[in-house]
Amino acid sequence: MSAERDLAGRVVELVRRIAGPQAQAEVVVTRSDLALARFANSFIHQNVAESGTTVRLRLHTDGRTAAGSGSLVDTDGLTALVERTRTAARLAPPDPAWPGLTPPAPVPADGIFDEATAYASPDERAARVRAFVDAAGGLEAAGYCRTAYRSGAFANSAGQSAVGRTAEAAMDGIARTGGSDGVARLCADRLADIDGAALGARAAAKARAAADPVELPPGRYEVVLEPAAVADLLQNLAWYGFNGKRYAERQSFAEPGAAQFDPAVTLVDDPLHASGLPYDLEGTPRRALPLVEAGTTRGVAQDRRSGAEAGTGSTGHGMLGGSTFGPIPRNLRLLPADGGTGVAAGAVTGGVSGAVADPDTAALVAGMTRGLLVTDFWYTRVLDPKRLVITGLTRNGVWLVEDGVPTRAVRDFRFTESYPRALGPGGVLGLGRTPVRQPDRVDGAWWEAPPLRLASWNFTGGASG
Amino acid sequence: MTEFDAATAAVQAALDAGARYADARVMHRRYESMSARNGDIEELTQDESIGLGVRALVGSSWGFHAVPELSEAAAREAGRRAAATATASARVPGPAVDLVPVEATVASWASGCEVDPLGVPLSDKGDLLVRATETMRAHGADLAEGLYQIWDTAKWFVSSEGHRIDQRIRECGGGISATSIGDGETQRRSWPSYRGQYGTTGWELVDSLDLAGHAARIAEESRELLTAPECPAGETDLILGGEQLALQIHESVGHAIELDRILGWEAAFAGTSWLDLTRLGSLRYGSDLMNITIDPTIPGALGSFGFDDEGSPAVRRDAVRAGRWVGVLAGRDSAAVAGLGYGGSVRADGWARLPMVRMTNVGLEPGPHTLDEIIDATDDGVLMDVNRSWSIDDKRLNFQFGCEIGWEVKKGRRGRMLRNPTYTGIGPVFWRSMDMLSSEIVPWGTPNCGKGQPGQVGHTGHPAAPARFRDVRVGVRA
Repeated sequence: MSAERDLAGRVVELVRRIAGPQAQAEVVVTRSDLALARFANSFIHQNVAESGTTVRLRLHTDGRTAAGSGSLVDTDGLTALVERTRTAARLAPPDPAWPGLTPPAPVPADGIFDEATAYASPDERAARVRAFVDAAGGLEAAGYCRTAYRSGAFANSAGQSAVGRTAEAAMDGIARTGGSDGVARLCADRLADIDGAALGARAAAKARAAADPVELPPGRYEVVLEPAAVADLLQNLAWYGFNGKRYAERQSFAEPGAAQFDPAVTLVDDPLHASGLPYDLEGTPRRALPLVEAGTTRGVAQDRRSGAEAGTGSTGHGMLGGSTFGPIPRNLRLLPADGGTGVAAGAVTGGVSGAVADPDTAALVAGMTRGLLVTDFWYTRVLDPKRLVITGLTRNGVWLVEDGVPTRAVRDFRFTESYPRALGPGGVLGLGRTPVRQPDRVDGAWWEAPPLRLASWNFTGGASG
Repeated sequence: MTEFDAATAAVQAALDAGARYADARVMHRRYESMSARNGDIEELTQDESIGLGVRALVGSSWGFHAVPELSEAAAREAGRRAAATATASARVPGPAVDLVPVEATVASWASGCEVDPLGVPLSDKGDLLVRATETMRAHGADLAEGLYQIWDTAKWFVSSEGHRIDQRIRECGGGISATSIGDGETQRRSWPSYRGQYGTTGWELVDSLDLAGHAARIAEESRELLTAPECPAGETDLILGGEQLALQIHESVGHAIELDRILGWEAAFAGTSWLDLTRLGSLRYGSDLMNITIDPTIPGALGSFGFDDEGSPAVRRDAVRAGRWVGVLAGRDSAAVAGLGYGGSVRADGWARLPMVRMTNVGLEPGPHTLDEIIDATDDGVLMDVNRSWSIDDKRLNFQFGCEIGWEVKKGRRGRMLRNPTYTGIGPVFWRSMDMLSSEIVPWGTPNCGKGQPGQVGHTGHPAAPARFRDVRVGVRA
């Protein structure tokens, strides 16, 4: 971290020298070591690693703002970055909404960090793939095992500085048989907590139970959504609802203070619940942000720009691309029923008996007279941002549940549903006790939830039309 | 040390560490984007990145390593680590890997560019976006947005088979969109498409789009849509504008003919394909009007290049000829597995990413009609244009698209504007129902095609024109 801290300080000093003391500079230095072993048809077909340091500079001078980044960290590279960003700022149109720099504020010290995960070898990732493939018991297996290490520093010309480091591991895989897939995925702070064999066995059991699916007519069904499917709900709520920019533009459904959700729903963005950098791209300390408490919407995420516009200030959600996409909470937790069981988030419970692969899901399924058990959602896209109407498909296993028992596998459905409506008052019939942390497509973001039983989900078509 | 020297050192180090084949790409990319909202500049970003990625084949296993340094020591270490990663891959080995032959080439290539987009003054580019967004606000848009993006990429490719290729590819484009917000819903109109039109060209492309000239119209349309009737639900004849058909091609043909998907290499994430290699050459994909090519040689189209990222030269091939499936997008290793003789469609989105099968320009050849003729010939249908949402299953069969705008078509005339137009179907059924196709081809550029783990963003081109499809289900809603 000290190397990154030195680099950030050097860039702030370079800005002072080249652009003058009146220039406001914000510097983020991130060193990354990212590695991912990918497998398909039960062998590793892609295995990659990258190392590098990125320096990101945002500069505001004479009422104008520009940002830039570079991967060259020698003196020439840093000087070139500062000079071209200063030139861009001079030529840019005025920026009357510039919110100013983050003032000095204490940033939490290093939280969860596992050295062994940060420096994991290709062999350690491959070993987990081997275990997953072996546990699939002859079924075709596909997926990935990845580790990510980031060490970073922030400095600005207003005197704010911060350092941090993070390590994360994730595995996501499917087992396949006769056109039916089963999935298991997990994100953890330690690679040691990723059990390839347990995940492979779960995926295989689900795949076998998904064989010979029947097609059911579209319509509204009661559902139990497994954590992988719930993660999609959280992701879309975060991107399009709890996003301060979209809220300010009146494109979000969110109405702080209103009981928009079922009382069983409590959502919090909690970046320090797992390994993560303790500051955002603008140097604001990251902290837990309640979004929904017992069904009542409490707030939305803000970066400095959207927070200034809203008059609330930043909530620590400055992110790359934030000016365009808005500040997005990316560490969302749907809190489990009764505060959960105390089981470490992400632990995949045992029981690989088939469609219902853990006791938590079993408890929810047992209460359903007639409905569907849905493992995963796929390719979800927004039809109407204001009501957050989403279309997408089921994937990796759907089952008809009758009198509390999965009776047959069902072919995939297309659905068209308003997510806030589905989670609205009276919509949640049950919530599991054991949250499972699901990896995002990029490290640093994750979605943690227990399984969820909903009164109604609108399936608008079968996979065959 | 030159870029070629660094790439050569990396390849040699991989061979020294036991690789039987290795290749390396040095890439230097400059990126600039500017966005405006409601008459103000929202963000101006200029990024620059340079580095080297090396790929090593040890036995039947691949490894890849990337570093942001071009010193000999760093390049050699990257080569060594790529080979070590390949060795680790052998803990879970696959079948023997072959590469279809490609002539070892020493060459240079550059995309066409009349006006260097990075040379256009920032103030001019900013003024364009500010002016267009101000106009949209003045004509009723609650939210007026404009964007341009520029990529200037130089690459140097070296393989252990003797390739030594450098390329410079300049890409740019932009667009505007107007959003009107009503009670409980929003309506958006964009020009020429949401987040814009892109190509391997200079700034002349953005000039030709006349963003400011379309600003007032799309703002007014977005407001008008708030009170327009809903697109009716049911089965009807569907006329798609060229921009929407480009995305239809991308999603339901382009991804479906990616050989890595067909072989199951993307099964856990992007998905597989409904296509079965045993039916290549015989499968009826669409109607006789459906002629789709894979063509990275189209000047100015976003998926164009001189050589792909395995050193294969750009070659035009048929994907669908007279409705019959005849070709795939392939790389050297996937082609060898499938018993095909060609690769040529492998690209990486930067030095830090593994080259993989990607679309180039996948699009339609012109049909015999015009849009006016198609409307004239339609007794009862819906015309939809400009994509708003897209979703398709993991086999690339079941799709549902939403468009920004629709119009009734009755007795050969375009009638009332319709809001929230959507349509859904099954790929081959849909394509077999295409009975009219316009000759008004535009090479639409898609700069945001996601694929791979870690994720890569591909730039693809899709020549497309308006077309008519029979008996399509429209008006799906929650």
